[in-house]
Amino acid sequence: MNLSRLAAVAHKELIQIFRDPRSLLVVVAMPIVLMFAYGYGVSFDIKRVPICVLDQDGSQRSQDLLKRFQSSEYFRVVNVAGNYREVLADIDRGHCQLAIVIPWNFSQRLAAGGKVEVQAVADASDNNTANVSMSYSEAVIQVYSQQVQLDWLKRHGMAGAGGVSAPIRVDARTWFNEDLESAAGIVPGVVVMVMAVVGTFLTSLTIAREWERGTMEQLISTPVSPMEVMLGKLAPYFVIGILDTTLCAVMGVRWFGVPFRGHWSVFLFSSMLFLIVVLSLGYFFSVVGKSQLAANQMAMLATFLPTFLLSGFIFPIDQMPVAVQVVSWVLPARYFMTIIRSVFLKGTSVAQLQHNLLVLAVFSGLLAFVATRAFHKRLE
Amino acid sequence: MTNGDPSVVVRDLVKKFGDFVAVDHINLEAQRGEIFGFLGPNGAGKSTTIRMLCGLLHPTSGWATVAGIDVAREPDKVRERIGYMSQKFSLYNDLRVIENLRFFAGMYEVPASVLPERIRWALAMAGLAGRESSLTATLATGWKQRLALGCAVLHRPPILFLDEPTSGVDPISRRQFWELIHEMAGEGVTVFVTTHYMDEAEYCNRLVLIYRGQIVASGSPAELKQRAMKGELLLVECEPLGRALEILEGAPGVLDAAVFGNALHVVAPQAGRADSTLRPYLNERGIRVTRVEAIRPSLEDVFVSLTTMRGAPPAAPGVPQDEPAPEERPS
Repeated sequence: MNLSRLAAVAHKELIQIFRDPRSLLVVVAMPIVLMFAYGYGVSFDIKRVPICVLDQDGSQRSQDLLKRFQSSEYFRVVNVAGNYREVLADIDRGHCQLAIVIPWNFSQRLAAGGKVEVQAVADASDNNTANVSMSYSEAVIQVYSQQVQLDWLKRHGMAGAGGVSAPIRVDARTWFNEDLESAAGIVPGVVVMVMAVVGTFLTSLTIAREWERGTMEQLISTPVSPMEVMLGKLAPYFVIGILDTTLCAVMGVRWFGVPFRGHWSVFLFSSMLFLIVVLSLGYFFSVVGKSQLAANQMAMLATFLPTFLLSGFIFPIDQMPVAVQVVSWVLPARYFMTIIRSVFLKGTSVAQLQHNLLVLAVFSGLLAFVATRAFHKRLE
Repeated sequence: MTNGDPSVVVRDLVKKFGDFVAVDHINLEAQRGEIFGFLGPNGAGKSTTIRMLCGLLHPTSGWATVAGIDVAREPDKVRERIGYMSQKFSLYNDLRVIENLRFFAGMYEVPASVLPERIRWALAMAGLAGRESSLTATLATGWKQRLALGCAVLHRPPILFLDEPTSGVDPISRRQFWELIHEMAGEGVTVFVTTHYMDEAEYCNRLVLIYRGQIVASGSPAELKQRAMKGELLLVECEPLGRALEILEGAPGVLDAAVFGNALHVVAPQAGRADSTLRPYLNERGIRVTRVEAIRPSLEDVFVSLTTMRGAPPAAPGVPQDEPAPEERPS
């Protein structure tokens, strides 16, 4: 291998990237767009659910309860209905996803110490949102109900000076993502997605472009070796890939407010390994596909869906059927996903990640080897 | 290497693409410092041969040595010693002139100490001095071809393979290009060049005529003209041309007849006698003859004569047809 020849290939490739608006767009705009698209698009947080309220009672107490809905960050009262028909119409037209109906005898029954039922009507065409907003509304009502109970006990002189509280309470601590913000869970995964997609996309063009433009014939008529071609072509994308990865991480921390608890060196090292994987893969597709379109589609197919579905990005791997779990073992993104999540949220040490790092290193070596073997200096 | 050493030796070279035999047992030898012309219509197997000699295609059978090195065994060693210009322009259009030159200088490991001088020389030769920072895409075809030649000779290779270097180039640029080729040959470079322009073949020291993958004749242009024609050549101007051709094809004392421009070229055993017999023969059959004259054959006459002798329809050289197989890359 000749280093000056390798450098000449790398230099040429770099000039071409910066002279081609499309490549430049992929390099600069794609990571940013994808970060925003996934960072905001993929979210399990349900907040500010539009609700409609109908207060048939119109008393101090019923207004008290509704105020709790109004002040909750999970709900947004979009309509105060005058009658039940209006409530149904709101749900039908999709103006609200949940309706709270307080019956006419609400305060009367409460005063009498009796039981009373508040109706919650949910639009379950989006069952996830319906489920979550139902349990939110139950929680709001539960808290109010306890307050009412306490008041009743106090009034009847049954509560002591220390007050009364429920005997058992769960003191829940959600580690690593204390506020259970889904952004924290999603954004590190988005970094993996962006790297996989951008990495393979970039290199999937390199060889195919030379074939399509007819420049390959001249290139392979020179004494340049396949190894020099590959390393020379991948080197600029490797540097660009590292910059893109850093950009994504900074966006995750600064814009999406995700913590970064691990060490940057672990992040950088594992990112480099993963970049070798995706760049080699893209290069391989470029050699095999021989047209930019074919290579591009192969790259998308091989990275986008598997990373989205099988890497643990959205669906937990241990909840998958065993057969699917087995498939995920051969997915380098799966190991990188674990590493990146740990680095961002847990700050896990290298020692604890060594298994994942090792597997990732093996994959990067394997794919780089396959890529070097794929390209031959022949026209047929 | 002493003068006269064979620079390119080809023995029984065969290339098949599936059932199609693109190159069919070709034998040839090109000497150092000679301009070796490879002449034939499109699709005859010229590009396939040249690509095998540059190690871009693997021969089906037979062998070839370039500068004494077996191409199939050590293609990269051969590549260090040759310059290659492919049929289609294949430099980087999105690079500047100087960037293309530097890139190929890098590929051929031109030492940094001589690089500035070589690049200056290549720019002067291509007539591109002062246009170093032009994007290659913006150059006219003639300049592009000369830049491609410049890139191919930066490392001063002893052997140069040029595949149809002047196709699509205007006549003046073509002439300039051939002057460059002559200059290089004068410096001892072996130039192996393909063309389907018959007039260009006259510039070559030695010629091989290739037709349907086979060599049909070889020699210097003068030798070919003498040897290949089985008679003497007559120019016959007459009216109407089509009927005259039909009549002459069966006429006694006529070996061959073909249309050339607005006249007929007729091959006869003895031009002197044919002149006196041909005119009355045609007149009797209602053809008005304005001129009959013995002429010197051109290479095109030779080519037509050789291909018709093989019982094949004379594929008119110069008519663009698609080169088969090699252009397509089987997946």
